[in-house]
Amino acid sequence: MTTTYSAPSLLAGMAALAGRWDGPAPVSEPVVLAERADVLVVRVGDVVVKAHRPGMDPAALRARLSLAASPALRGIVLPPVLPAGGGPGVSVVDGRLVTVWPLGRPVEPAGPVPWEEAGRLLAALHRVPLPALDASAGLPRCGAAARLARTMRELERVGSSPAVSEIRRAHATLPRWAWTPADPDWRGAEGGEAGLVLVHGDWHLGQLVRRADTGRPAGEPGWLLIDVDDLGLGTPSWDLGRIAAWQASGLLPPDVWERFLAAYRGSGGPAVSEGRDPWPAVDVAARAYTVQSAAVAVLRAGREGRAPDEVDSALVDACRRIADLHRSG
Amino acid sequence: MQCPKCHGPMRTYNRNGVQIEQCDMCRGIFLDFGELEALTRLESQWAQQVPPAPAPAPAPPAYPAQPAWGAHPPQGHYHHGHRKHGVSRLFYSS
Repeated sequence: MTTTYSAPSLLAGMAALAGRWDGPAPVSEPVVLAERADVLVVRVGDVVVKAHRPGMDPAALRARLSLAASPALRGIVLPPVLPAGGGPGVSVVDGRLVTVWPLGRPVEPAGPVPWEEAGRLLAALHRVPLPALDASAGLPRCGAAARLARTMRELERVGSSPAVSEIRRAHATLPRWAWTPADPDWRGAEGGEAGLVLVHGDWHLGQLVRRADTGRPAGEPGWLLIDVDDLGLGTPSWDLGRIAAWQASGLLPPDVWERFLAAYRGSGGPAVSEGRDPWPAVDVAARAYTVQSAAVAVLRAGREGRAPDEVDSALVDACRRIADLHRSG
Repeated sequence: MQCPKCHGPMRTYNRNGVQIEQCDMCRGIFLDFGELEALTRLESQWAQQVPPAPAPAPAPPAYPAQPAWGAHPPQGHYHHGHRKHGVSRLFYSS
């Protein structure tokens, strides 16, 4: 088992941690499911172990883990695997915060995408009554603005180029709260018309898994949301923002946005009002994710030493249109 | 003239210059040689004079498919496969 970025001691420590939950010995061979510069996800038997990004606030991760374990989120978010005797669900392995999760089946990139189910799950998450949550650990702000801030800092380290200029121009059109994690007025700014709700904060198609038991009353197999790293309070429009950015950049098949949005609205999702133009409500989030995605695309193309592909270019083009529109407006 | 089917009396009518015989009893119609073609020709001329009924207009969308800064038209090159990988990039934190 080789990894590109991660120390062998981290992988070995994660496998040993999983062994405590993976039933009787022998412990299964660890399989790397995802490895990026900042995150390592390993499957060991029937559990998945995640090493979170370096620098993550342990208190915020503990709060997010207890949210995912909360009965109010049953049937919406995959609950973590917690130590049988109680105790913290967040371990430290090789200096990294590590959590353990039940195994689920992800969406197949080549297969049908459960757009409607995604819209319904996000609506259900946004409708979780906040008083029903055990907020003893405090409810953190959702991590979407912090993610954008990290990406823009990373962009500062690469040389200037026409694409980077367009991304910076589009970023300059965003309100301060959308890229300032420490904004003291974030509650008022994110609250807006829809009010503050529980938000996933980094939603995309890799954030769904299928489980035989979802915890929903019907007891049939179904989809659940995963990844609590950015879970917290915020504007619900964040969770529609990435798909909206793709739609506005011309990167989605024509009917997908409507299907996703109709399912979200049909389940009472609060980000967009019934029968009204959704774009004013999701515009800031859509612009923020266009900037974020264009920046990630340019950074990745740079790391891979290749020219921008069609998707990279479509995102940078959208940044140029955002900047031009706001300049003329 | 007698109807070849029910032997009822047949009456002659003129329809746009075409003579047709119709039976008073069974309402059957007898056409002479070339009269069917003449009627068909008349029908097609009539159809050309009348403008085709307009197709029902698609219902206007209740709201725009994209914001003002969107990549109009939304489907763009999608069907030509240029951007078919857009969805595949939605499987990780792009």
